[in-house]
Amino acid sequence: MPEPVLEIEGLRKTYKGHLSLTSREVIRGLDLKLEAGEVFGLLGQNGAGKTTTIKMILALIFPDAGKIRIFGQDHLGVKLRSKLGFLPENPWFYEYLTGREFLKFYGQLFGYSREERNRRAGETLEKVGMSTRADMPLRKYSKGMLQRIGMAQALLNDPELVILDEPMSGLDPIGRREFRDIILDLKARGRTVFFSSHILSDAEAICDRVGILKEGRIGLSGRLSDLLSPAVGSWELTYAGPAFDKLAPAGFQGGLISVRGPESLVRVDTEADLARLLDAVRAHGGSLISVAARRETLEDLYVREVAAR
Amino acid sequence: MKTIAIATNTFREAIRDRILYLILVFAILMIGSSRLLSLLTVGSEEKIVKDIGLASISLFGVATAIFVGVGLVFKEIEKRTVYTLVAKPIRRSQFILGKYLGLVLVLAVNVAVMTCFFYALLLAKGWMDFAITRAIVLIFVELMLVTAIAILFSAFSTPILSSLFTVTFYLIGHLSWGLLLLAEKLADGPGPAICRALYRILPNLDALNVKGMVVQGVEVPMTQVFYASLYGVSCTTIVLGLAVLVFRKRDFL
Repeated sequence: MPEPVLEIEGLRKTYKGHLSLTSREVIRGLDLKLEAGEVFGLLGQNGAGKTTTIKMILALIFPDAGKIRIFGQDHLGVKLRSKLGFLPENPWFYEYLTGREFLKFYGQLFGYSREERNRRAGETLEKVGMSTRADMPLRKYSKGMLQRIGMAQALLNDPELVILDEPMSGLDPIGRREFRDIILDLKARGRTVFFSSHILSDAEAICDRVGILKEGRIGLSGRLSDLLSPAVGSWELTYAGPAFDKLAPAGFQGGLISVRGPESLVRVDTEADLARLLDAVRAHGGSLISVAARRETLEDLYVREVAAR
Repeated sequence: MKTIAIATNTFREAIRDRILYLILVFAILMIGSSRLLSLLTVGSEEKIVKDIGLASISLFGVATAIFVGVGLVFKEIEKRTVYTLVAKPIRRSQFILGKYLGLVLVLAVNVAVMTCFFYALLLAKGWMDFAITRAIVLIFVELMLVTAIAILFSAFSTPILSSLFTVTFYLIGHLSWGLLLLAEKLADGPGPAICRALYRILPNLDALNVKGMVVQGVEVPMTQVFYASLYGVSCTTIVLGLAVLVFRKRDFL
């Protein structure tokens, strides 16, 4: 059996206040395994400990207990970091450098020759769509541009394990699509990606597996295909006609979602009620606009899991 | 190589910061104004010019070392640039040493520029005495130690506290000889022993101060310069070692 790319066992971390008078246990025995070539999404509410977990993996903070192994080695090893790429949340870099100077500087930290640094800087700038702004000082970069240059430094060494903390934040829709493509390209090339995100639609689109961080542990984890039910859970019906409360059948399971002009959008929970509602719409002289079946989404699963607390 | 890369980047950061030029301009103005101040005194114009010149190099060097030094590590953590840097294949000790060497390089350039102006002034007046260089070498060694202290405090404290601690260290370092005098005055009890112990623990920055001797024309032997430099470099090494120890286990929250 191949060795896991990342293996975390019994991880614990408590943040202490001034003079240790107050303390807060953020991570309480977290276990996690990442196999080579998978895209794993770490989800959780604000303050659940996603960034803390990532910082411990990268030895930016030290755990109180537990083990972290990357490629089978202790995570504190300096050499193994040449196989890692990391994009922090809301990254900030040396504002007096230009994008290209910044990447060349980081290239030096990997011990690359001058030619190698130039080549890699050029390639990654191209990959993140920053070639035309490469010679502009970072102080003039927008939030989205900083996010892109942050992704460039994370990919500079063509890492085997890429760790991204909220990679989509600060990006416009086109930027999000491009980042999604970058992550999918990494996966296609057999790289392992570990990322945290609040944006569940992105996580659903790119993750093979997700884990929901709950009370300092991974509460629910698995392949999206296993976690999300393929069965239709409900329907969304849009019609034009009388107000919903005038035509709603007795004992109807579902409810009105929104009204826009003459159009009403209704959630229907059972197939029988769908037929009854369609009859009622016709009987009241209304017209059907659309019916869409809804399967369980990652957002439904997330809300269910987090609300179960 | 990685340490040099961080040092070069630190140097680049400093030279792209306008505050540094401001400090340098003030220092050069101060050296230049020593000529004016000397006109107010009678008979000792040469000594006044040399005194103010050396004091300016020392004072503005220390100001740069403290006020740039205390922000060096703190800023990296505060602005979160350290996150991606430490996640690269570098040791935390390389980070600290790189930051330190970068600032020492800045100070070397600063001291060199101030010295050039100072020498030009002395040459113009025909007062050039190359013995002054010995005092400047020791000023630079002192700046190396003060920078290390600033970085040590900056590795675990805020810039304001670090500045306070470093200035306090600088003052104590220059007044530690007073502890020996105090030990002589205190006849009984543990007082004298405590004063002597403190004197031995605290770095003696006055050992690096030969400005008065040079200005007065007293010869400063090369052996004194050598041993004083050795003392300063040893203290610097110990302080940097402490900074690395503190920084190695620090959480970047």
